Amino acid sequence: MSDKPQALQSLHGRWDDLAPMVLLLVIGVAVMPLIGSLPTWATLTVAGLAMGMMLFIMASGLTLVFGLMDVLNLGHAAFVAVGAYVAATLAGPLSSLLKSETGAHAILGMALVALGAMVATALLGWVFEHLFIRPVYGNHLKQILITIGAMIIIEQLVLAFWGAQQMMLPLPEALRGSLRIGEVGIERYRLVAVALGLVLYFGLRVIFNHTRIGLLIRAGVENRDMVEAMGYRIHRVFVAVFVAGAALAGLGGAMWGFYREQFTAAIGTDLLVQLLIIVVIGGLGSVRGCFFGALLLALTQNYVNYLIPDLALVSNIGVMVAVLLWRPQGLYAPGR
Amino acid sequence: MNKENTMLLKQLASHVLSDDLPRSRLLTVLLLAVLAYLLMAPFVLPGARSLNVAITICVFLVLVGSFDLLLGYSGMVSFAHAMFYGIGAYGVAIGLNKWGTTWSAIMLGTLAAMAVSTVLSVLMALISLRVKAIFYTMTTLAVASAFGALVMRLNSLTGGDDGRNFGVPEVLTPGFELFEDEVFGIVISGKVLTYYLVLVCAVLLFLLMLRIVNSRFGRVLEAIRENEFRADAIGYRTLYYKLAVNTVAALIATAAGVLMALWLRYVGPQTTVGFNVMLNILLMAVLGGLGTVYGAVLGVVVFTVAENYLQLLLQKISAATSGVPVVEHLLQPDRWLLWFGLVFVLAVYFFPTGIVGNLRERASRQS
Repeated sequence: MSDKPQALQSLHGRWDDLAPMVLLLVIGVAVMPLIGSLPTWATLTVAGLAMGMMLFIMASGLTLVFGLMDVLNLGHAAFVAVGAYVAATLAGPLSSLLKSETGAHAILGMALVALGAMVATALLGWVFEHLFIRPVYGNHLKQILITIGAMIIIEQLVLAFWGAQQMMLPLPEALRGSLRIGEVGIERYRLVAVALGLVLYFGLRVIFNHTRIGLLIRAGVENRDMVEAMGYRIHRVFVAVFVAGAALAGLGGAMWGFYREQFTAAIGTDLLVQLLIIVVIGGLGSVRGCFFGALLLALTQNYVNYLIPDLALVSNIGVMVAVLLWRPQGLYAPGR
Repeated sequence: MNKENTMLLKQLASHVLSDDLPRSRLLTVLLLAVLAYLLMAPFVLPGARSLNVAITICVFLVLVGSFDLLLGYSGMVSFAHAMFYGIGAYGVAIGLNKWGTTWSAIMLGTLAAMAVSTVLSVLMALISLRVKAIFYTMTTLAVASAFGALVMRLNSLTGGDDGRNFGVPEVLTPGFELFEDEVFGIVISGKVLTYYLVLVCAVLLFLLMLRIVNSRFGRVLEAIRENEFRADAIGYRTLYYKLAVNTVAALIATAAGVLMALWLRYVGPQTTVGFNVMLNILLMAVLGGLGTVYGAVLGVVVFTVAENYLQLLLQKISAATSGVPVVEHLLQPDRWLLWFGLVFVLAVYFFPTGIVGNLRERASRQS
């Protein structure tokens, strides 16, 4: 480690800590001989990456909210469910676009659907922050209790409004099927998910490292009191981050809904544990950690599921334990 | 003479209750009423349904009390408590299935369950408590959900989603009769014996928990809850204390699971390791009053009564409102979790000390 002060390190040595990325590559390469066939390995890897990207999109808001305001929102998974349900509802009126043969139209349709889901969950996030987060501010115990209660309430409201039957969100025909590169087949939608995840990740990094609001957020994660002492109303930043995080969870929910094509109201709560593990192993409040944590979790889950199916249930916990033993604070320090 | 007797009685009660008296007249009356109801339930209300309610209260007051050791006394939120309860239930079930319907099978199953619970709770605590308090909650949630999935998966051992029935020693079966004649109008069957076995165990475990929280150990836990840094600075190894209470609570929950399994002669994932069981425990603990073992009793009683009647009430209301567009769906009996969640959130906001806390506050204001 160099002897630069921490804050400077985060600005200048942005790529100084490559260990988590190297770890991902090593895992990816190491399992190749175990799996044996290149096409299978490629399918598993791309599927894992796509899943990881979607998990990253959903978890990024959670980790920022925790890092910035020390608020653990167990209700975050409810935003995922609402996003998926709103997407399924919007897919009805937009079906002519979604069913179109041309890829561009289909993608435009999906973008509109996803946008609708994001707007809906952003609004929900704003209400949620006022009702459930603000009153229990600074009290961890109550936060955990209130947000888990809020999650139940939202899930039940979803069931009350949409009914208990399965929701359908068929993937547009234009995005179905797979690209063939030699022997390797890669599903188109997975590529879309990976691309979107990458765009979002780098977009977030640009916002964090090159804009004023990003600077404020990072400063808030590092030392909230000091930012407040400088005259900034950090709570406004926090509400903005919370709403944006909810919108991202909604986007993730819409994408996950398209991926699954049919789902029930448990679509969000099913992911809650994975999202929490990602936040923990990424390092609370670190977007970069969240990104690599999500990829690590999804990739190992896919590989283990294929190689040793019996261990699939505990692979998530295994990853968490291993990462915490390696880096007790998570892959990256908060705010980086 | 009479006065002396009451003094003596008070001293005795104080001793049995580890000097932690209810400290509110109304609370004392309520607790005695619950105790009297539990003692006489098989004679006064011998129906299968009402006995089930009584047993649920017995078992859950142990389970919720042990959860309160964590949540109320130590300020740690665990989502794995239902898992330990399930381990106890499955331990006995698997034991009785494997080694026949003997008492030693029950003992072996219980011991095995206790061993599993100890190992799991120590591992979880070691992984998470060293880092940050919030990690503990996440770890328990992750482990509990993986355990739930594991139970579903190990079909041959646990019976998967359907659960499994098992036999119990003959003395505890409904067919067994202790006396040829009826006693106070009922046959003392194995079912009644099981009831009293569970009741006695539950009361003993309850007194044990009172003992624990009023010991020096319990005081240190409260100190950790109030200010962990200061407790550490005074010289207590807070990690060891948290580790210990975590394991003790897990073991008591395991015992509660054993008791419930003996009564039901059935285990299934929905009634043991399911997330809904965990939520029930949470609400009972919050309703009754955190940081008071007595709160567990009232929380469990109020919740059990409400659970049985809330669904009936919702059925009536939804029948009355059928046809009103949105309201109709909100008031369906299937949506009772919605109202449950609302009550839970409102209880945390406006009723943070729970029933027992409020009763005690009122009593101390009057005196």
